[in-house]
Amino acid sequence: MLLIRCPYCEEERPELEFRNAGEAHIARSANMAGETDDDFEKFFFIRSNPKGIIYERWRHMHGCARFFNAVRDTVSDKFLMTYKAGEPKPAKLPGAAK
Amino acid sequence: MIAAFRIPGAGRLKQAETARFSFDGQSYSGVEGDTLASALLANGVHLVGRSFKYHRPRGFLSAGAEEPNALVEIKRDAARKTPNVRATVQELYDGLTAQSQNRWPSLSFDVGAVNDIASPLFSAGFYYKTFMWPKAAWKNFYEPKIRAAAGLGVAPDQPDPDHYSARFAHCDVLVLGGGAAGIAAALAAAETGVRVILADEQADFGGSLRFESGAQIEGQDGFAWAQAAVAKLRDMDNVRVLSRTTAFGYYAQNFVGLVERVSDHLRNPGGELPRERLWQVRAKRVVLATGAIERHMVFADNDRPGIMLASAARTYLNHYGVAVGRNVGVYTANDSAYAAAIDLKKAGVDVAAIIDLRDNPTGPVIDEARALGIEVNFGRAAIRAGGKLRVSSMTVQPKNGGGERTIPVDAILMSAGWTPSVHLFSQSRGKVAFNDETKRFVPGTYAQDCVSVGACNGTDGLSATIDEAYAAGAKAAKDAGASVVKGTKPKVDASESWSRGMLGAAPGAGPDTTVKAFVDFQNDVTAKDIRQAVHEGMHSIEHVKRFTTNGMATDQGKTSNMHGLAIAAETLGKPIPQVGLTTFRAPYTPVTFGSIIGHARGPLFDPTRKTAIHPWAEAQGAVFEDVGQWKRAWYFPKAGEDMHAAVDRECVTVRKTAGLFDASTLGKIEVVGPDAAKFMELLYTNPWEKLEPGRCRYGIMLREDGFIYDDGVVGRLAPDRFHVTTTTGGAPRVMNHMEDYLQTEFPHLNVWLTSITEQWAVIAVQGPKSRDIIAPLVEGIDMSDEALPHMSVREGRICGVPTRLFRMSFTGERGFEVNVPADYGQAVWEALWAEGQKHGACAYGTETMHVLRAEKGYIIVGQDTDGTVTPNDAGLDWAVGKKKTDFVGIRGMARPDLVAKGRKQLVGLKTKDPKVVLEEGAQIVEDPKQAIPMKMIGHVTSSYWSENCGRSIALALVAGGRDRMGETLYVPMPDGTIEVEVTGMVFFDEKGERLNG
Ligand SMILES: [Zn+2]
Repeated sequence: MLLIRCPYCEEERPELEFRNAGEAHIARSANMAGETDDDFEKFFFIRSNPKGIIYERWRHMHGCARFFNAVRDTVSDKFLMTYKAGEPKPAKLPGAAK
Repeated sequence: MIAAFRIPGAGRLKQAETARFSFDGQSYSGVEGDTLASALLANGVHLVGRSFKYHRPRGFLSAGAEEPNALVEIKRDAARKTPNVRATVQELYDGLTAQSQNRWPSLSFDVGAVNDIASPLFSAGFYYKTFMWPKAAWKNFYEPKIRAAAGLGVAPDQPDPDHYSARFAHCDVLVLGGGAAGIAAALAAAETGVRVILADEQADFGGSLRFESGAQIEGQDGFAWAQAAVAKLRDMDNVRVLSRTTAFGYYAQNFVGLVERVSDHLRNPGGELPRERLWQVRAKRVVLATGAIERHMVFADNDRPGIMLASAARTYLNHYGVAVGRNVGVYTANDSAYAAAIDLKKAGVDVAAIIDLRDNPTGPVIDEARALGIEVNFGRAAIRAGGKLRVSSMTVQPKNGGGERTIPVDAILMSAGWTPSVHLFSQSRGKVAFNDETKRFVPGTYAQDCVSVGACNGTDGLSATIDEAYAAGAKAAKDAGASVVKGTKPKVDASESWSRGMLGAAPGAGPDTTVKAFVDFQNDVTAKDIRQAVHEGMHSIEHVKRFTTNGMATDQGKTSNMHGLAIAAETLGKPIPQVGLTTFRAPYTPVTFGSIIGHARGPLFDPTRKTAIHPWAEAQGAVFEDVGQWKRAWYFPKAGEDMHAAVDRECVTVRKTAGLFDASTLGKIEVVGPDAAKFMELLYTNPWEKLEPGRCRYGIMLREDGFIYDDGVVGRLAPDRFHVTTTTGGAPRVMNHMEDYLQTEFPHLNVWLTSITEQWAVIAVQGPKSRDIIAPLVEGIDMSDEALPHMSVREGRICGVPTRLFRMSFTGERGFEVNVPADYGQAVWEALWAEGQKHGACAYGTETMHVLRAEKGYIIVGQDTDGTVTPNDAGLDWAVGKKKTDFVGIRGMARPDLVAKGRKQLVGLKTKDPKVVLEEGAQIVEDPKQAIPMKMIGHVTSSYWSENCGRSIALALVAGGRDRMGETLYVPMPDGTIEVEVTGMVFFDEKGERLNG
């Protein structure tokens, strides 16, 4: 069972308290109704599904109930860092040089 | 009476403390501290099982957790029958009852042994090849026959009456393995004051000190030192010592699963003690001290009862005081078997000969064996074992061929060397490295905060082991935050040491194709099978493993993996590291389902949710149905009524007078804040800004893809406050969906969301008399149609308690939903019920609710929709705000395939024969005479008998349905085709006049 750090609670808590909520940094258009079919397809259906670093959303469901973002390595399953919803993609990742 | 093979004065057990037990109906006596294995051996019993595939007679290979052969059933009572218990780890208790498995009619005469003769049928890859045969033959003949003929124990057929507990624990240093290395590491860590957990799978700590008679630590026998050291650890407040506890899985971030066997060794476990306890431990540092496992020699018929690992024979002698034979032979490629021969010889057992495959080994144990007068032969191989139910001889030959000599023996001790137990290290995702010199895989690259010490790390010799382990324990404590390091390292006064050995098949393993030289005893895999797998094209060890099933039994290949790998490598002509080691997976040894499940069974498996009105419904004899976690009243049968009669009566009564329905399970969310209306505009298809406080609206929620996600009536209590209802099952996901958008997409909106499902009990009062029933109890609300029209909400009091009174209808009748704080739910229900009785009202359940809403064509999300239905498909276009510029789903709804012609649309169906009720889920076709497979154009989503309509009614999703009004379609069923007519969705009171009736 993984330990995940909630950036709001500022604590590492067991995975059981959290729910994954899909890939992060996929912004909903401010002009949703005007999106082209292609743009909507990219927004709604296409996900990066990388082998390696993924930016994803989690919710501290059985804790503070906040959604936040996390950087995880899909190969090792390691969380590199977590940060609050709305914050930009981190420019530098801790321990990513490995 | 002392058992025949118990040696007086030998071993550590108190031989006077006897325990009676039975095996296959025969009574025996053992002593306290025995395992079932040592007690049987003390009585001269070696034959204890039949093998998996060939039904070969089998005895004990080992004295520990790696045992592949001696699997028995332990029976306490009819419900407590545990199959596949390793007799080598089952502790004896007075009254223990054990049975052999996989044999019929008896262990010594087993009909299934014909498989041994028919073995060419069962060779490598047999399962895969058999799958290629005709499918019907597999299903009707091979599978049932094979399952009956090959197999392990029989699963119990009654519910497990025992209970299992679970604990979570945190520590600084977790030490896995309680041999010399683990104890030394635990001492070093514990003395710094950090929190330590030390766990070992055996009843007694000490590991190999149980048999190493040459070990002396701190001036005493190694095993005695271990007991003293563990007693000291037990007395420390910062240390938890767990015996009979197996670490079965090593997971991410130093999370380790352990099972403690709490009462399987007790004569009377009693009701209080759990059978097992699951420990889920998170450790800052883990010390792996899991030791090494001896390997057998691979030669013809090396599975005969009486042939065992040298260390096992030594354990039975030095710990249990049992001789495994009177005249033993030894076959080895390594020094450790000499130590066993020496101990047995000194205890008075004849050692017929030591056959050493090595050419000219030297060392003190060899000299000592010779000095004791034991015949020692170098450069020779035991090529075959004689005997069937018990080994009777070993046939010996110079390893490069030559004259054979047959030596009579009643046991053979063998050792091909020792395999470091890297299972947990490998599970931690560490990478093993092959040491070419010692021919073994040892921990290489670490993936987690752990360290391996002693034999599992490839460290030979007691002194080196204790040095390494003590230092590692101190370092682990320091890394986990310890500051003070005190204490002293245990001093080793004398020790044994050996390494090396051989991997793979010895000369006696073939190449003769009829020879059975076992590599994997539990799965009956021979050296020939592995060679054959390579010849048939399996070049990766993972393929060889699956093709032969080598290492895939419950023993996880503890004794067989390295031999299998070496034989494959030799056949492929490649070095071992290039062929690779298979991945080790949890569990290390079998784990019961009970320990994993713990308390989560029966009523505790999943929470049961009951409404405030549940006790009343129960008292009235309601029949309940499960809706998610909720128990909902399904129907209220009167005496003599079946479901059909009860539902018919309820349906008619509601439309004639009135009915009361417990709607408390409806999801309820309060949306509050200055931007509440803006938020509602974004989350629902409908317009909300202009909805006046005090009015309600039926809302539809979509996902971003444009499909219906949920629906419900929403009341606006105030400009900044909405009372939102959701489907019963949808409440949690709707709340999650709303929170997601509020927190991440629309965080600028000043809105708060609160789940109020549990806070409000909801009593639906529906029917022409509904107002007459409610009005006398209500204060502060004008109940006239002018003041409280359909689809409005008022706050006031009922029966003196606060209420949110909705005028709304899910039946098509004049209707109300009375919301009261849940604590008053039953009292208000009872007051309404008393009023209702004056008018002849009934209580109705979910079935009647379903029928009444279907009569009116009201959909149920999740029944009439399935996640691929748009508002237009459901005929709900009217609920989509046409002028709105944004809401969740607005763009998805406009996707080309969602606006294309011919989509499945919700329509009504009337059977031509009004008495026929369609089956929900039944498929619909245009032409019933077309060839199979027919083109299916839709399916029935809801279908009922409607007593009010005097006929059956149904809703269905049909391609282009709304353009098919009046068309005849067909529903093919197993017993004939049903003709139906496509209709509108409203079957009763089409004009909707009864809402104000
Ligand atoms: Zn949190």
